[in-house]
Amino acid sequence: MTAPTTTQLRKTALHSVHRRLGAKMVDFGGWDMPVEYTGIIREHLATRTAAGLFDVSHMGEIEVRGPHALELVQHVTSNNAANLRDRQAQYSGLMTPAGTFVDDLLVHRVSDTYYLLCVNASNQDKDFEYIREHNRFGAEVENAGPRYSQLALQGPKALGILQCFTRAPIAALKYYHFAFGEVDGVACMIARTGYTGEDGFELYFSPEHSEKLWNDLLEAGRGEGLLPCGLGARNTLRLESSMCLYGHEIDDTTTVWEAQLGWICKPNKGDFLGRDALLAQKQAGVKRLLVGFEMQDRLIARDGCAVCIGGRESGRVTSGSPAPFLKKNIGMAYGPVESSAAGTEIQIAIRGNEGRAKIVPTPFYRRAK
Amino acid sequence: MYPNDYRYTKEHEWVRLEAGTATIGVTDYAQHALGDVVYVELPKVGAKLTAGKSFGTVESVKAVSEIYAPVSGEVAEINASLVGAPELINTDPHGQAWLIKVKGANPSEVASLMDSAAYQAYIAEKEKEASA
Repeated sequence: MTAPTTTQLRKTALHSVHRRLGAKMVDFGGWDMPVEYTGIIREHLATRTAAGLFDVSHMGEIEVRGPHALELVQHVTSNNAANLRDRQAQYSGLMTPAGTFVDDLLVHRVSDTYYLLCVNASNQDKDFEYIREHNRFGAEVENAGPRYSQLALQGPKALGILQCFTRAPIAALKYYHFAFGEVDGVACMIARTGYTGEDGFELYFSPEHSEKLWNDLLEAGRGEGLLPCGLGARNTLRLESSMCLYGHEIDDTTTVWEAQLGWICKPNKGDFLGRDALLAQKQAGVKRLLVGFEMQDRLIARDGCAVCIGGRESGRVTSGSPAPFLKKNIGMAYGPVESSAAGTEIQIAIRGNEGRAKIVPTPFYRRAK
Repeated sequence: MYPNDYRYTKEHEWVRLEAGTATIGVTDYAQHALGDVVYVELPKVGAKLTAGKSFGTVESVKAVSEIYAPVSGEVAEINASLVGAPELINTDPHGQAWLIKVKGANPSEVASLMDSAAYQAYIAEKEKEASA
C-alpha cells in the first residue's frame, strides 16, 4: 500500500457556488472553504447590522443513538446533558482523561435516545474515533458529517428572512433550542444557535438541497442587506463576542477553568472523563487564565505574539485581530492568574515592536437584547 | 489595470520613475490577496532603502505583509493620507495609494524589473497555480 502523496482538500456541496461568487478560498482544517466574498469588514458589518449567510457544512456531525446514548454523551462531555429537554442544545467540551479539550461541541438532544453532536471540522474524525473508543455503554455512534450540509443565517434580520421560508414556529424558538420543519421545501433541523454573537439560526439538512437553499435565502435577503459571508468574518465575529476557537483558545493542553468556561463543567453530574483532573485543578487553583485585551496603540496583535507583563513573557496571544464593528484592535491571551484583572497593562511583542495593551472585561461585544 | 509606464516586482510592488524620483506602491493583485487593509507602516523620510529589503508593512484584517523595496534609494516623501485612510490601498492601489517616493534610484535597476505585460503574465501563472 502506498500513502497518498498529496492531500486532497475536502469540498462542501456549495464549493462551485463559492467559486462562482468569486470567493477567496483557503485551506481550513483540510477543507477548501471561502474566507471572504466581498471583504471581511463588509461581511462582518452586514452580520452585525442586517444578516450574513455562512456555509458551515465543513462542521462535523456525530450521532449518538440508542437506550444508552445519554450515558455515553455524559461520559465523554463536561456539561450536563441530562439537563437537556427534547430539541434543546448545549455548548460543551469533549474531555481527555486529563480534563483538557479533545474538542468543543454543541450537544443537541433530539430525543432521550438520540443526540446530535456538532463538532469542529478538523476534529471530526478524531472525535468520532475518541467517542467510539470510550463507548463501553453499547450506544450507536455514527460519523454523520457526509449526511449533512449546514448553513448559518445570522444577524438581526435573520429571523425575518427565514420566517418567509418556513411554517415552523421559529419566532417562538428560544436561544439554544431547535425545531424540525421545512425551510423552502427542504426538511431541516432549525437551531437557534450561532457563532457570531448575533441572533440567528443554523440549518442542518441533506447536502443535495444546498444550492437551492443557499440561492433562495440570498436572493430573498438581498433587499434586507443579507450578504454571503466567509470564514474570515466568522472568525472576527466570534472573536468580538469572545467565543473560543479550538486550536487557539482551547486545545488538549487547556482546561475549562483556564479558558473561563467553568459554566460548561458540571462535576456534580457524576463521573466523566477528566472529572478527577478538573476537580484537582480547581482545588489547587489555576495558574493561568484566558483574558481579553484591547490594544492601546495602533499595532495589531496577531495569533502567537508573546505577551509580557512587567517585562516577563507570560503567555501567547491565542487570537488577535482588528475588530471591525468595535473599530479597535483586540485579542485573547493566557496570562498568569494574579495579573488577569481588567485594567492590567500588558505588553505584546509584535514583530520587533512593543505593543501596549490593556486587559478588558469580555465579551468585547454584546448585542442589545 | 496595470499601467504601462510602471515596473513591477515578483513581490507585487510597483515603481514609477519620473524625473529622478521613484514612486512606489503595491499592486492591485497584492491588495486583492490581502483583503481589507487596516494599517500601513512606512519608513521615515530620509531612511535609506536597499532593493529587495523590507521597508514597511501592510496589514489587512487577516494578515500582515512585508513591503519590499523595488529599488535602492532614500525616502523623500511618504503618503501621509494612508495613516487615516489605509483602505485607499484597496480602492486605488496604483494611484492615490502610492506609499513612498524615493530619490537617488538607479534607472537601470528600475528598467530591470518586469514591465506591465511581463507582470500580468507572471500573475496569470500564479492564479493558474492557485486554482489547480
